[in-house]
Amino acid sequence: MSGEHHNTDDTGPAARVKALEALLTEKGLVDPAAIDAIVDIYETRVGPRNGARVVAKAWTDPGYRKRLLANATSAVAELGYAGPEGNHLVAVENTDRVHNLVVCTLCSCYPWPVLGLPPVWYKSFAYRSRAVSDPRGVLKDFGLELAPDVEVRVWDSSAEIRYLVIPQRPKGTEGMSEDALAGIVTRDSMVGVAKVEAPHA
Amino acid sequence: MNGVHDMGGMDGFGPVVREQNEPVFHADWEGRVYAIASIAAGLSLINADEFRHAIERIAPERYLASSYYERWLAAVETLLVERGVVTREEILAKEGGAIDPALIANPVATQCPAPVKDKPGSRPPRARFAKGARVRARNLNPSGHTRLPRYARGKAGVIARDWGVFVFPDTNAHHAGTKPQHCYSVAFDARELWGKSAKANCRERVHLDLWEDYLEPIAPKSKPKAAKRTTAHHTGRY
Repeated sequence: MSGEHHNTDDTGPAARVKALEALLTEKGLVDPAAIDAIVDIYETRVGPRNGARVVAKAWTDPGYRKRLLANATSAVAELGYAGPEGNHLVAVENTDRVHNLVVCTLCSCYPWPVLGLPPVWYKSFAYRSRAVSDPRGVLKDFGLELAPDVEVRVWDSSAEIRYLVIPQRPKGTEGMSEDALAGIVTRDSMVGVAKVEAPHA
Repeated sequence: MNGVHDMGGMDGFGPVVREQNEPVFHADWEGRVYAIASIAAGLSLINADEFRHAIERIAPERYLASSYYERWLAAVETLLVERGVVTREEILAKEGGAIDPALIANPVATQCPAPVKDKPGSRPPRARFAKGARVRARNLNPSGHTRLPRYARGKAGVIARDWGVFVFPDTNAHHAGTKPQHCYSVAFDARELWGKSAKANCRERVHLDLWEDYLEPIAPKSKPKAAKRTTAHHTGRY
């Protein structure tokens, strides 16, 4: 049971949202054009490409990596990314010995300015329930098996801190530019459920 | 509240399934309710803590049967009705036949905590715990909102970071004061949380961000020599 059945018909939630929007518009509290604009921002501008640029810069610029680990909110703002759910960002770095995984067991808190809105799997009851009690099992659901000597650190986003995982830079990418590297960094790797793969030659 | 939303450590939901080429919103109404909630928050009609609590107040059977944005919709409706911004009758009048009246602003009631007075202009509170201090998450079970998950209650951990001072959600969600206080990253050993025989192994740790009111100190272990001398009035560790 995931709860995610994606009701798209005209009754149920669609009718309720339509009613609410019409009422709030009449009362002068919302402007349908403002709603269009917000939807457009999250559909086209705020998404994991932002986080990928942050990670690629951290991989190629040691000074930036240091600033990102010291204060992710300001380091992310250097690239122009800020907004709701991004006021207290923290970057955690994967290494040969430590693998970080981010979850929100109580709702679905997620670092919107760098990763966009969360995917269904992040919001699923399966992920929220097991990421803290069986993180290695959850990673196996994603096809990722960690060596037994790697420490897993799970970050349950129970307050206002939002986490961005800096995945490990894959071997064989030494010659790649920052832009090209940003192209291989995936959303899942920045939540900690995947590693970044080098592009096939 | 000890609601079904507090899912950490539950079994039975099956494997995590990843959707390929997932859209940001799966239907137009999802994006629109997301935007309406954002605008309502921007107008200070809704605060984030009461919004989370409004989702928690959805009856458990409905919570489990709803998608993420259906829960957002229920929370927005509930809060706008409770704040008097709109009425149930107005919502139903708009789309009458298409809407099930039982779904509109009909949440589980919870108890508001004792109100605390905000002291404007007062200095930020000092931190009670330092990095490295051993702490225990209190066994709190408030009827209202809390961000202390059940799986951590009563468990011992170590202060990893002090994030600074934040508004306390347990009171703020009920408009019972902001009670600003330090919030810490607390590291819990997986075996402390799930037991030694659980799937968790010794190389796993869960970090939770916990407010000071959720935590109590654990007395440091006495050195063997000192312990001998102080046995008589040793109050014991809890």
